[in-house]
Amino acid sequence: MDKVVRMSSEKGVVIVSKSSCCLSYAVQVLFQDLGVHPVHEIDKDPDCREIEKALMRLGCSTPVPAIFVGGKLVGSTNEVMSMHLSGSLVPLVKPFQANLC
Amino acid sequence: MNTTSTHFVPPRRFEIYETTLNQVSMWEENFKNNGGIYIPNSIIIPTDAKQDSLSDDTSHGTPHKFDQEASTSRHPDKTQRRLAQNREAARKSRLRKKAYVQQLETSRLKLIHLEQELDRARQQGFYEGNRVDTNALGFSDKMSSGIVAFEMEYGHWVEEQNRQISELRTVLQGQVSDVELRLLVDNAMKHYFQLFRMKSAAAKIDVFYIMSGMWKTSAERFFMWIGGFRPSELLKVLLPHFDPLMDQQVLDVCNLRQSCQQAEDAVSQGMEKLQHTLADSVAAGNLGEGSYIPQITCAMERLEALVSFVDQADHLRHETLQQMHRILTTRQAARGLLALGEYFQRLRALSSSWATRQREPT
Repeated sequence: MDKVVRMSSEKGVVIVSKSSCCLSYAVQVLFQDLGVHPVHEIDKDPDCREIEKALMRLGCSTPVPAIFVGGKLVGSTNEVMSMHLSGSLVPLVKPFQANLC
Repeated sequence: MNTTSTHFVPPRRFEIYETTLNQVSMWEENFKNNGGIYIPNSIIIPTDAKQDSLSDDTSHGTPHKFDQEASTSRHPDKTQRRLAQNREAARKSRLRKKAYVQQLETSRLKLIHLEQELDRARQQGFYEGNRVDTNALGFSDKMSSGIVAFEMEYGHWVEEQNRQISELRTVLQGQVSDVELRLLVDNAMKHYFQLFRMKSAAAKIDVFYIMSGMWKTSAERFFMWIGGFRPSELLKVLLPHFDPLMDQQVLDVCNLRQSCQQAEDAVSQGMEKLQHTLADSVAAGNLGEGSYIPQITCAMERLEALVSFVDQADHLRHETLQQMHRILTTRQAARGLLALGEYFQRLRALSSSWATRQREPT
């Protein structure tokens, strides 16, 4: 769990997902559209089970996708979509947008 | 006939009296042809002219009242009165016609609704028919009853929707307080949210049913996106009805349109990936060997994800409506909800018209 939080603090935006999860993929696509390229597929991670359990404990009804921004858990697909439609997602991820030079 | 009297009409007055005379002549013909019984129709007649014709017919004398030249110079008041009565009768006739046309339109709408109900009942019958052959078609009892229940609930939902739309339309045509309008707007929003809840429950029972849109009419199905309307389409339909928009609103709506499109695209791509994954699962291994239980099992697991996609699509619809509500004033929101409601009504009417057209013998 700490690993994920640490990663998030380093990279800024992390999507905890599984390669088989298509909703996670949808969230990925959305972030890519906003110029952010995060992702951490935990099914390839040895600590997969642990991370899943930790996420459930944090209150996520489904472990994946779980989106972290700046070290904090933002939520799952629902939260991200709501935030984007209300206009609060872009300012949140702005500091982490990739500069496409 | 009295038409010969037109020769005596001075040219400059001719156009004023022409219609009156023609109408009176028509009435007289009508009177004669119907055996002396006056049969009311939409012919407009000045009332005092009617009296005159009656006496003229029986007496066969020269109709003094129809001597236009004589009457205008000698009785200007009488002609003025006749003109006024003519206008009044014309006005009444127009009102009668308007009422009749409105009646026709209401009946036509009723007919369309009845046909839709019939279609739905037929579909239900299809579903219930399946219940009898549960083994043959593979539908479980619980599935069928759950879906039948959803269909019935949806039927009520549409009825309530139509009622709300009519109410909004009536209220917006007159003077209405913002307080009352806000109540109507809130009710309309809650009504849509109720539908999303119903769909979520039905999707858990049979996600293919929701995805196929069998509970909708054919035209609605044509425009479907993951079990419902496209959020971006919703914004496109509503936008023209919000004018005038304040500057901040224009900006907000612009941003909403963009983020809505992005969210929709993201979910669409996720959906495509799911389809590919599902197809791969079904086609995995060696096709043609006749044993495919592992493939089916794998596909079944993947299908569970479809439910979350339907939920996510409805979530987008929910949030789009919510954001529009936030951006707009109460009055704008009311107009928007009326426009949206009628848009769906029209799609349903289109489906009925199309179905009826196809049933006509060639």
